[in-house]
Amino acid sequence: MILNRRQILLLLPAAAVAWDFVLAGTPEEAPNYKMTDHWWGMLLDITKCIGCGSCVRACAMENDVPDGYFRTWVERYHVEDWHIENPIVDSPNGGKDGFPPSGETGGKNFFVPKLCNHCTDSPCTQVCPVGATYHTPDGVVLVDYNYCLGCRYCIQACPYGCRFFHPDRHTAEKCTLCYHRITKGLTTACCEACPTGARQLADLKNPEDPIHAFLKTHSVQVLKPHLATGAKMFYNGLDGSVR
Amino acid sequence: MSKFEDSAHLTSLAVAFLLGIVAFVALRAAVIPKSFGRYGPYRGDALKEATARPLAYAGHEACEGCHPDVLEIKSKGAHARVNCESCHGPLAKHADDPGSVIPVKPDVAKLCVRCHSENIAKPSNFPQVDAKEHAQGQPCNTCHQPHSPGFDAGGKK
Amino acid sequence: MEGFMYPNEVELQWSVLIVLYPFLTGLVAGAFILASLERVFRVEAVKPTYRLALLTALAFLIVAPLPLQLHLGHPERSLEMYLTPHRASAMAMFGFVYLWYLMAVLILEIWLDYRRDIVLLAQSSTGLKRQLYRLMTLGSYNISPGALRVDDRVGWIITLIGIPSAFLLHGYVGFIFGSIKANPWWSTPLMPVVFLFSAMVSGIALVLLMYMITSVIRRTTIDMNCLDAIAKYLFYTFVIDFTLEMLDLIHRIYESDESFRSLDFMVHTRLFLSQIVLQIFLGTLAPLVLLALTQFVGFSAQGRKRIYALAATLTMIGIFAMRWNVVIGGQLFSKSFLGYTTYKMAFVTKEGLLPAIFLLILPFVILYVLIKLLPPWHAGNAATVQTDGID
Repeated sequence: MILNRRQILLLLPAAAVAWDFVLAGTPEEAPNYKMTDHWWGMLLDITKCIGCGSCVRACAMENDVPDGYFRTWVERYHVEDWHIENPIVDSPNGGKDGFPPSGETGGKNFFVPKLCNHCTDSPCTQVCPVGATYHTPDGVVLVDYNYCLGCRYCIQACPYGCRFFHPDRHTAEKCTLCYHRITKGLTTACCEACPTGARQLADLKNPEDPIHAFLKTHSVQVLKPHLATGAKMFYNGLDGSVR
Repeated sequence: MSKFEDSAHLTSLAVAFLLGIVAFVALRAAVIPKSFGRYGPYRGDALKEATARPLAYAGHEACEGCHPDVLEIKSKGAHARVNCESCHGPLAKHADDPGSVIPVKPDVAKLCVRCHSENIAKPSNFPQVDAKEHAQGQPCNTCHQPHSPGFDAGGKK
Repeated sequence: MEGFMYPNEVELQWSVLIVLYPFLTGLVAGAFILASLERVFRVEAVKPTYRLALLTALAFLIVAPLPLQLHLGHPERSLEMYLTPHRASAMAMFGFVYLWYLMAVLILEIWLDYRRDIVLLAQSSTGLKRQLYRLMTLGSYNISPGALRVDDRVGWIITLIGIPSAFLLHGYVGFIFGSIKANPWWSTPLMPVVFLFSAMVSGIALVLLMYMITSVIRRTTIDMNCLDAIAKYLFYTFVIDFTLEMLDLIHRIYESDESFRSLDFMVHTRLFLSQIVLQIFLGTLAPLVLLALTQFVGFSAQGRKRIYALAATLTMIGIFAMRWNVVIGGQLFSKSFLGYTTYKMAFVTKEGLLPAIFLLILPFVILYVLIKLLPPWHAGNAATVQTDGID
């Protein structure tokens, strides 16, 4: 590609900005990140999710998630008329390859993306015997892979099924809210890959974050509110049939 | 035998227990990781380890830095909010060193149908078609420009 | 898999080894409580089994952590539970309850009760055994009546502390399950109580069987007063245990909450053999009927012995089935209440059936060694052999 001078002049400042993000490709600490300035959550918009599975694939690639296990997944619901207590649900390979046609012709049908809710009062961190799973000061629940015993008590305690036992590392494992990305000013891999904006990272401590306006003007829910886990993944348009 | 002598064996027992406790306390001081408890009841160094993962996805701002022409086209069409790597896959390595890693053009036949094939569970206002009927054997980019696919936005090839 | 399960739920996390663990600790608690009946509540009739019950408890307590070690993803890190225990975690606190019970209750009580014999054996034996006994004396050879009185007093206090400690030991295991709000099969305040009473039932049944078996091996006559007393306590404890489990069941059926339909289906299909057949009919109702018969109908000593042996064996099977139904049953259904999975138990893997069988046999091997080392029937101790004339 031959560039003329004008094109070079346009490209140089762009390249300078890009260089910062090039550096983001290398593992490093996040020097300008202050944990106490942030409180992470996410907005999941059921009215926008198309079940393409891009989020599941992106997460797997960003975080080396082993096959057959899921840090995030998508469920498809079919609700017949008023039978909200008996939905038909499926999640073929976690929705990783999208969803084949279900053959349903009526009823109410929709997709629900799920992931770790990074609960404020998480039952999983409560039961860990050694402090290998914990809350960061900025509201993310993480697993310390070098400390976890692999007792799997946390996996039993999670009401949402978002934890699993890593087959190679033999420790507990789950969504990290792409902590290595959000501490560098990037968004999570699943939000980056979502083509419809159904998933959006939210910084609840940032007064300018669009989630605050959204929460004021929409009906939002969390999963299993009766368990009072303090979940921070907020769902817009979540149907009563969702488990 | 005096009362004290009769309980002497208990004294040696108590000493054994005490030694055990002292040994335990010493072990704790030696073996517990130094960063434990820095931010809470966990190993503080774990936070550093969590942030030190390499990136797979560069993030759309990295792409737009070098490819403003594509951004220009995309921002006018229906795919304005679709991030680059959503279709092109993780490209942090390419953003790191553009020359060494050449991204492979996505396979149109598989890529477009993943989002746009008809499915009753998709929101009704989302553009979806029965791929076979609609395309009639032609690849999607015969008629649609992937970066700005809508006909109205001038995306028609 | 049947129906829908969250994708990460299909594989079970806790295997048959985790079924074994509450079974073993339950036997410890039960055997110890039977022993304390004699020491603290002065139930003279069960005296012949006092030392045997303590040694049985010790043998099983030693083996109890082994299934856990096999199960852990990183057993080399298990010391972390003692170094940085997370105080909110029931599992972490249990590590200390176990340690307390082992060191401050069981071993201490055994040592105090056996001290006279240990000193005598240290003086009379030879070779390696002599060195071992000398070590166990902790340097003191004082077995004067005054010293033995001190031992008796302190032992009494330790047994007194030991009873709530034994309750804590196994009640805590029940709490480890009962405090998980995510799992409605486990989450009930009754869980620690049910675990404790079923532990007592299994422990008493075990001591009854051990007493009968060791008497047969040693060709000594069984003290029928003792056996009848043990069977009586087994019966009473079983009635309480059964009442508690029925209360839980009736409550679930009546309230019929969100999880009930799913759990009900699971019990009738996946858990039919282990819950309905093994735990309820063969493992609870049958022994209860058998024991009730002996309480209200007059049988000969021979008849009673046979019924007790059968009832105790069925009880052990039933309590093991109960642990299976709690641990495995709690993982067979989805937390979405829309589906089920199956437990594929392997045979020769780290967490398979073979290690489980081995770990079930190991306590008896250890008990054999303990009996050889610290004979419960050494002349001069409380366990005298009596006959009641009828055999």
